[in-house]
Amino acid sequence: MAGEASDRKPFISKKIDKFFKGLADAWNFVKRFWQEVFLPPYEFKEVIHQCYRIGVESLPLISLTGFIVGIVFTNQSRPSLSEFGATSWLPSLISIAVVRAMGPLVTALIAAGKVGSSIGAEIGSMKVTEQIDAMEVSATNPFKFLVVTRVLATTFMIPILVMYTDFVALIGSFLNVNANELVSLSTFFVQVFESVSFLDIWSSVLKSLLFGFTIGIVGCYKGYNSSKGTEGVGRAANSAVVISMFLIFIEELLALQIVNAIRGM
Amino acid sequence: MSERVVHIRNLHKSFGDLDVLKGVDLDLFREENVVVLGRSGTGKSVLIKIMVGLLRQDEGTMEVLGKEVSTLSKRDLNAFRLKIGFSFQNSALYDSMTVRENMEFPLVRNIKNLTKKEITYRIEELLDAVGLPQTINQMPSELSGGQKKRIGVARTLILNPEIMLYDEPTAGLDPITCVEINNLINEVRERYKTTSIVITHDLTCAKMTGDRMAVLLDGQFRAEGTFDEVFPRATDQRIKSFYDYNFTET
Repeated sequence: MAGEASDRKPFISKKIDKFFKGLADAWNFVKRFWQEVFLPPYEFKEVIHQCYRIGVESLPLISLTGFIVGIVFTNQSRPSLSEFGATSWLPSLISIAVVRAMGPLVTALIAAGKVGSSIGAEIGSMKVTEQIDAMEVSATNPFKFLVVTRVLATTFMIPILVMYTDFVALIGSFLNVNANELVSLSTFFVQVFESVSFLDIWSSVLKSLLFGFTIGIVGCYKGYNSSKGTEGVGRAANSAVVISMFLIFIEELLALQIVNAIRGM
Repeated sequence: MSERVVHIRNLHKSFGDLDVLKGVDLDLFREENVVVLGRSGTGKSVLIKIMVGLLRQDEGTMEVLGKEVSTLSKRDLNAFRLKIGFSFQNSALYDSMTVRENMEFPLVRNIKNLTKKEITYRIEELLDAVGLPQTINQMPSELSGGQKKRIGVARTLILNPEIMLYDEPTAGLDPITCVEINNLINEVRERYKTTSIVITHDLTCAKMTGDRMAVLLDGQFRAEGTFDEVFPRATDQRIKSFYDYNFTET
């Protein structure tokens, strides 16, 4: 009845109640994704379109960032290694750092900023301009068309972008090593492949899948639940980035513990 | 008397402490155009959103085409929605799609096995009907407000609805475009034999399109009848001022 919801006394305090309600909403949103992803109809065309937007359109930024990361990290590592006369280990050090942590993390953080915010803002503006309602009243499933497609696209494309970033960062590193230590391309990459294990690559790919899923689902959730007009759209985009980044760091930490445990077996 | 298609009784809806609808009753008959009038924030749009299942009432019945909307399963609700067309206040065209894609979107997802030729024919037919065949490959951002409204109506008509719901069809438009939209609403009814509810606070729109007016005040319908029965001789000061503001000033 009228006013019932607001008359109800908060269980602990309004803020804490709101926090737990938000968590429950987010959980239901994720649950709905897993329920809808396997059910027809499938929006293949839209998934491919989103993969193109998320993957191909992110390439320039990812390329530049990866390349700079490779050069900067090599430059920063050289003085420490040269103290021990171990600059010949630079390719090994860089490859391990890039494949295990820096590639996935840098790519995911950039994607959270670029892709997560754009998903949050796009779906948010569709929400406040009633485009999502329009889809719903025309007997179509906006969740499937907007959310499932975007989350699948980020989940598929982030691992590919991560591998690409790894490659570009290693090229940047090679150019730096080549200019300073006169190491050839084949020598550099032989050392890279000797240092990197299958576990490194698989853990990097699996972690990237999780990062991609996180970026997609958080962006969609924030956009889908935005309100209060243009201000709400801005807030949705902003919180999509902040929450994605926060979760990515937590996931990175957890993944590190799991991989270290496997390595120790 | 023609068949009753909408039957609303004692409908209540509130948002937190705000009671918006406080016992609304309304009947709507086939091929009738009913105009729901009221000031902003009186719950006019809430009423038609409950009608298509976008919102759920707190109390009361909302029977549309013989079905209680709030009790429909997700699957039945989708089948039911095919019979209802909803024209949104801001047109709600999908920004990232062309006019053709906007119209294709509900069509290909609800009617299977259509050939490309059939889809194009249906889209062109409806764009002709709303007088905008040349916009087929344009993006919504390239259209004027009036054009967007027309395309919004065309997109709604693509599924051959039995009932059309117009949410503030003339809001934000210049007077000439308003008249064009009002004419379009009448043309749609004649051509496609639809039953309509027009939500508005524009009395010119109400007069041009409505067979019957229903004035929503304080969460209930306070007056019902033809335009001449409800307005010129209104005794309720709020309804009278509504009329005076719209007509006497101009």
